[in-house]
Amino acid sequence: MNFKLNKIIPQLVTLLVVVLIFGFFAFNAQINMDNRGIEFGFGFLTQESSFDVQFSLIDYDGSHSYARAYLVGLLNTLLVAFIGIIISTILGVIVGIARLSPNYLIERTAAVYVEFFRNVPLLLQIFFWYFAALRALPLPQDSEPILGFSYLTIKGLYTPSFVWENLNIFFYSIIAAIISIVVIKNYAKKLQENQGKQLPVFSISIGLLIILPLLTFLTGGVSLDFEIPVLKQLSTTGFIYEGGLSIPPELIALTLALSLYTATFIAECVRAGIQGISKGQKEAAASIGLTPNQILKLVIMPQALRIIIPPTTNQYLNLTKNSSLAAAIAYPDLVLVFAGTALMQTGRAIEIVSITMLTYLSISLSISLLMNWYNKKIAIKEK
Amino acid sequence: MFKLIKQLTSLVAVIAVLFAFTTESMAAKKSKTLKNTQKKGFVRCGVSQGLPGFSNADAAGNWTGVDVDVCRAVAAAVLGDANKVKFTPLSAKERFTALTSGEIDILSRNTTWTLSRDADIGLTFVGVNFYDGQGFMVRKSSGITSTSQFKDGTSACTNIGTTTELNMRDFFNSKGISYEPVAFEKADEVVAAYDAGRCDTYTTDKSGLAAQRTKLSNPDDHIVLPETISKEPLGPVVRQGDSVWEDIVRWSLNVMIEAEEYGVNSANADAMKTSENPAIKRLVGAEGELGAAFGLDNEWSLRIIKQVGNYGESYKRNIADTGILPDRGPNELWTKGGILYVPPAR
Repeated sequence: MNFKLNKIIPQLVTLLVVVLIFGFFAFNAQINMDNRGIEFGFGFLTQESSFDVQFSLIDYDGSHSYARAYLVGLLNTLLVAFIGIIISTILGVIVGIARLSPNYLIERTAAVYVEFFRNVPLLLQIFFWYFAALRALPLPQDSEPILGFSYLTIKGLYTPSFVWENLNIFFYSIIAAIISIVVIKNYAKKLQENQGKQLPVFSISIGLLIILPLLTFLTGGVSLDFEIPVLKQLSTTGFIYEGGLSIPPELIALTLALSLYTATFIAECVRAGIQGISKGQKEAAASIGLTPNQILKLVIMPQALRIIIPPTTNQYLNLTKNSSLAAAIAYPDLVLVFAGTALMQTGRAIEIVSITMLTYLSISLSISLLMNWYNKKIAIKEK
Repeated sequence: MFKLIKQLTSLVAVIAVLFAFTTESMAAKKSKTLKNTQKKGFVRCGVSQGLPGFSNADAAGNWTGVDVDVCRAVAAAVLGDANKVKFTPLSAKERFTALTSGEIDILSRNTTWTLSRDADIGLTFVGVNFYDGQGFMVRKSSGITSTSQFKDGTSACTNIGTTTELNMRDFFNSKGISYEPVAFEKADEVVAAYDAGRCDTYTTDKSGLAAQRTKLSNPDDHIVLPETISKEPLGPVVRQGDSVWEDIVRWSLNVMIEAEEYGVNSANADAMKTSENPAIKRLVGAEGELGAAFGLDNEWSLRIIKQVGNYGESYKRNIADTGILPDRGPNELWTKGGILYVPPAR
């Protein structure tokens, strides 16, 4: 009994202190806000925002509510984080493996890249890509087409957009292809276990992914058209491209800076993971006749991944949080739109900053949960 | 007998203490901000991060500008020295929080007076020290000479957290033109992006456009369009809930404008003490007890005029002589065709 109490009391005291500290801050804020005639509340979220946003994934203009402006900012943040994570992972893995290359030139190039980009502050890199690289881009009227009908200009990247007919049938065909790949993979595994035969699963999968959607074009009534950007004159020297898809230069600069910066850290995680596997593993695998590709895929990577995943999760979280530097170059992310303009127009500092903090916390925790689940899945199950 | 003396002395002590309290003015007791300012020995003033003519720091860190002069006037009135000001550069986004949280006591940062800001978020605007309006700057080579020539797809660079974003939307919507707003957190980045050709136009208050134009790589290649799309009365702001402090800031500004109206300036202020005009005598503290209401001495207004100058001097020094806006436009006295009109100091 006494023993139990000894254990509980310190915890209760800690809890009390934490509650008191937060209570004090809340109480203090309440009193100060009362003194200055500021009311706390979230009613403003339903008010008309009356400001426009440059770039939005959902339908939005100033006649929508602040809540919708929040959603616009959140989606823009998620977009940058999503693209950034994909590019930085691909680049990071390539550079990480390149750093272990026996080829001196490749190894040195990768090393110089890593050392340069991870040691220059991220905000500077964002400014570099936005202001230095932006100034070098041509005006819309001077730009040369890239790959046919795309234009990279100082006002953004303009590419043809897709105009689909019967897009749903096309989607079904992709889903069907994925299901059949899973079925074939299971069959191939059984085949190998029972008869020792190997199926070229990779080639079959690629083939299925190409052939099934292609069939829908020929027989399913699916058709794809392109809307091509056309140069439009605004004034004597002012031009812009209309039609097609336009990607603002702010998004390009931000994604580029975040990906190149984060990829250096991921490259180091990958290198650490691969170097963490003892040389004997590779030699043993080679001695039983596995090809170099098989060694990497079946022996090295499964073991390296459990070293790579946890620190890489950190990098994903960093990238997501660093995306808030967007405000410096006018990319309308959550911080610029919601904790910037909306905060200013409403003056609701406490409410908006709390919402923004909770949002970033939720995004980070979701990424963590997902990566932890994956980490558990690939962990070596010792029996 | 001994007891009586003891009682008497304590009575004297109590009276002395009471007297000491009453000599400390009622106003100072009522105004926490005034008391704190006098105790600290400097006025805490929030300004911009660099807007020539309004609040701008030189290489040596000396702040100048018409917004800066409002804070200097308050320092001259309250502390007797116009240089006893601590300036805090603030972004548009930070400014109101800095004021309401008590980090600064005056916000004099080209801030537009609007109903919602005045009524909703714990601020009080004390007056107008510059009548402005939002305009557009474009490249001369574009051939655009009026906002009516804007077409669908125009991209407009501006700052976030200002009334500019809202006016811009109202303007383009009323004209039925679709536009691309490119909003930056800091003014320097807006200038850089517009200069690089990212935007077709740069929109903000006209005074701001005139000032920022000087920062462009080739100022002569750009013009400010004649149209004004909004009313932007800019003025100093204080925290809600300290009416004595509010009055001090309001009347420090008013005194500068009134001094110009009566022809009192930094050079002739002392001589004006013997003026025939009672209004002028009140203004320089030679008649009446105007300072007492704020808990200040009677020479508070004289110090403002002597150390900072009247409004006309401040305008000439900061805005006209620097070539930003040589023409005073609406910021001329009401007696000379402008709209500067302040209540009488009496």
